[in-house]
Amino acid sequence: MLSLQITALIDKELKKYPADQRQSAVMAALRFVQDEKGWIASADMADVAAYLGMPQMAVYEVATFYHMYNLKPMGKHTLTVCTNLSCQLCGSGDTLEHLNKRLGIGLGEVTPDGKYGLREGECMGACVDAPLLTINNKKMCGRLTGEKIDRILAELDKQ
Amino acid sequence: MINIEIDGKQIQTENGSTVIEAAHQAGISIPHFCYHKKLSIAANCRMCLVQVEKAPKPLPACATPVTEGMKVFTHSEQAVKAQKGVMEFLLVNHPLDCPICDQGGECMLQDMSVGYGGGQSRYHEEKRVVLAKDIGPLVSAEEMSRCINCTRCVRFGVEIAGQMELGQAFRGEHAEIVSFVSGTVDSELSGNMIDLCPVGALTSKPFRYKARSWELSRRRSVSAHDSLGSGLAVQTKNNRVLRVLPIENEDINECWLSDKDRFAYEGLNTADRLTKPMIKQDGKWQEVEWQVALEYAANGLRHIANGAGAEQIGALATANSTLEELYLLQKLMRGIGSDNVDFRLRQSDFSGDVKQQGAPWLGMSVADISRADRLLVVGSFLRKDHPLLAARIRRAARKGAQINIIHSADDDLLMHVAHKAIVAPDALVEALTQVSKALASEKQGQSASGEAGAIARSLAGGERVAVLLGNFAQQHPQAAQLQALAQQIAALSNGKFGFLGEAANSVGGYLAQAVPGTKGMNAAAMLATPRKAYVLLNVEPELDCADPQQAVAAMQAADLVIALSAYKHHATEYADVLLPIAPYTETSGTFVSTEGRVQSFKGAVKPLGETRPAWKVLRVLGNLLKVDGFGQDTSEAVRDEVLQGVDVSAKLNNAIGGVEAKAAPASSGLQRVADVPIYATDAVVRRSAPLQATADAAIPQVRMHGEELKKLGVQSGEVVKVGQGQGSVQLFAVADDKLPRGVVRVAAGHAATVALGAMFGTITVERA
Repeated sequence: MLSLQITALIDKELKKYPADQRQSAVMAALRFVQDEKGWIASADMADVAAYLGMPQMAVYEVATFYHMYNLKPMGKHTLTVCTNLSCQLCGSGDTLEHLNKRLGIGLGEVTPDGKYGLREGECMGACVDAPLLTINNKKMCGRLTGEKIDRILAELDKQ
Repeated sequence: MINIEIDGKQIQTENGSTVIEAAHQAGISIPHFCYHKKLSIAANCRMCLVQVEKAPKPLPACATPVTEGMKVFTHSEQAVKAQKGVMEFLLVNHPLDCPICDQGGECMLQDMSVGYGGGQSRYHEEKRVVLAKDIGPLVSAEEMSRCINCTRCVRFGVEIAGQMELGQAFRGEHAEIVSFVSGTVDSELSGNMIDLCPVGALTSKPFRYKARSWELSRRRSVSAHDSLGSGLAVQTKNNRVLRVLPIENEDINECWLSDKDRFAYEGLNTADRLTKPMIKQDGKWQEVEWQVALEYAANGLRHIANGAGAEQIGALATANSTLEELYLLQKLMRGIGSDNVDFRLRQSDFSGDVKQQGAPWLGMSVADISRADRLLVVGSFLRKDHPLLAARIRRAARKGAQINIIHSADDDLLMHVAHKAIVAPDALVEALTQVSKALASEKQGQSASGEAGAIARSLAGGERVAVLLGNFAQQHPQAAQLQALAQQIAALSNGKFGFLGEAANSVGGYLAQAVPGTKGMNAAAMLATPRKAYVLLNVEPELDCADPQQAVAAMQAADLVIALSAYKHHATEYADVLLPIAPYTETSGTFVSTEGRVQSFKGAVKPLGETRPAWKVLRVLGNLLKVDGFGQDTSEAVRDEVLQGVDVSAKLNNAIGGVEAKAAPASSGLQRVADVPIYATDAVVRRSAPLQATADAAIPQVRMHGEELKKLGVQSGEVVKVGQGQGSVQLFAVADDKLPRGVVRVAAGHAATVALGAMFGTITVERA
């Protein structure tokens, strides 16, 4: 079942679209689910489909098409490291290596305590600050160095 | 009209058409995979790239609209280079497994790669692997690595079948065709995805590894399983039917086939086929020679006719028997002096027989249904009873036609329904009366309220109105009244009305005169007042008749039962003679479809064992009983005897007069609503193992409104005991709040419910 908070947010989103085009809100709806639960389960996709009156399969297509939807639990804090060209030239390899060492997990993995997940991301459009990572797709951190990453992790550990 | 030039050829084509359509019209072929004339344009395979003058790069012919003066080159250097480039990319990930691929020999990719593929691959890296899926008993998705992601199957599901069961998940190199949470594809039209798949990704599960396409011989036939008259290409090898494909006909089945038509053939050669004549002596069944069995049957009939009287003999046939069989059966019966012959076994109201002016039929052509802008469908389990007609109506609805429904169940039709009135069976007449009244007052400028008013307004606003009566309406105890009301509604809305025929020969049976005359007994009367002898043609009484309890009781009480059947069925318990007759693939014959289309076909294979075509068996019986006019040499001669010089269209007439619509007395207790499940309609379908493994063939449930279940103190999912008359069965109860109150939906025609009584009437439900 979708929580009341989620349906309230979807209802707000639906106001942007004509009444007979409810499926226009599918991407936002999936985002709300992920914001609340950290990832999107098949059951949630079915719920979104029912709520928007569209085929379950169509929701699944959208959810699997976009990289930023988590189709499995990705930890409380999902760190997405950009590995595209600019970041790579500026040392995203070192960023990843450092995170691997600190968290003990590789790309696509989650720490055993479920606190951190590590993902590979595509260009975040802020190459001037390369190398970059985002936290839960919401907060972007740039000009990463070993110390800066340690500071970020220390900050997140407190939460 | 627009003038364009393709490959130097001047072509006139319609404004708004695409380059590929214009080229096909002119007989110029452009290679393609994802384009299909019946589906929306995806333009994702890029195989149809062509050069267009003044365009900077090649354009996809399927998605490029024609413009005045356009010059297209389909085989120029630029076009061919582009096509070859696309082919190389398509083959990058395609496995080289043609030798073990079922599609081999009829594969678009295989054919096209001969024309556009390189002799050698430049790709030496690893190919991608897509895992096999299990999407049900009909369609095999074992080798999804072969998929080229054209999305034809997906678009078919969305646009024609009306449900999106397959979709393309993930992206780029990871894109693959999947079902949601590994579900099965349950559409009653799913088999068409096999035809649509241009490669060997989706193949026929029952046909898998059975034969190569070039080993099969192909015979034209006509579907025996519903009233549409779909064209079948029956493919055989070693005198066995191995596959059935559609024969395209825009006016009938287009290029589609329902799964029932496509996979029924698997029920043809089952272990319970009757291959030798049998007679029962001292309670034991013995295989005998034809001569012995036929004489036994003839003597038996003669004995009863001379003793108890010919009117003590009744003949019952199913409506999927051929025109020739039905004709000879009635001729035989009338020859020995009995007028008791009928093929309308599930009908319960015969009061229209004398008031009916002709053979009931669709009342319009099948193509007319696509053109209708307002439809009223009365008493029909539309999707399951008429899968392809439902697809036509679905497409009409997509184009803006308003669909109105009056019925006693509210199944999801997978289309937009404008208005519906879902009422108990005994209120069906009243619901139609309301619509008729509302239409009349609409004409005088007064608007009626409620659903009836809404339906009336919808019909009144149409230019091409069609009112269609489904199987449920034809089997209804007030069928004649429903017919008269439909006639009234059609007249008030300047539309046409007709019947969605129940079976392959629902019209043909009337043309063959396989209905009782004024002194004869109809199917219901013959079973209600048991006869001393019965001749059964293709009939399994407990499954094919309106009231299985009554039918079985009548059979058991009879002195003589002669069963002409392709199978050893329950008749072994009460019959005296079993005569093995050929199913439709093994005999020539004729079906008259619901739109009155007369279609003859030849046998595709030789009759199995000592099986004989039923028309020959009836001819010999006629001769043995010394009835005149049984000298026909061929089935064609029989057909000509029925139809030569006859204007079939003049015999088709739905008009009915002298019927007064009056509300049925309110019934006390719960009323039964019975559908015949899609894969339980006839003997062959009932024996097709793959069809019986589908979700549609699941054991029937008892469906009731949630409140009604609560009243009984039963939870949804619990077992209940349903009873009619002396019989009862135990089935799972399921709450279905879309059903009207006071109604119990239990399927008929299914082995699990044969202990019950009539398809309509009261029924009891209690905790088991």
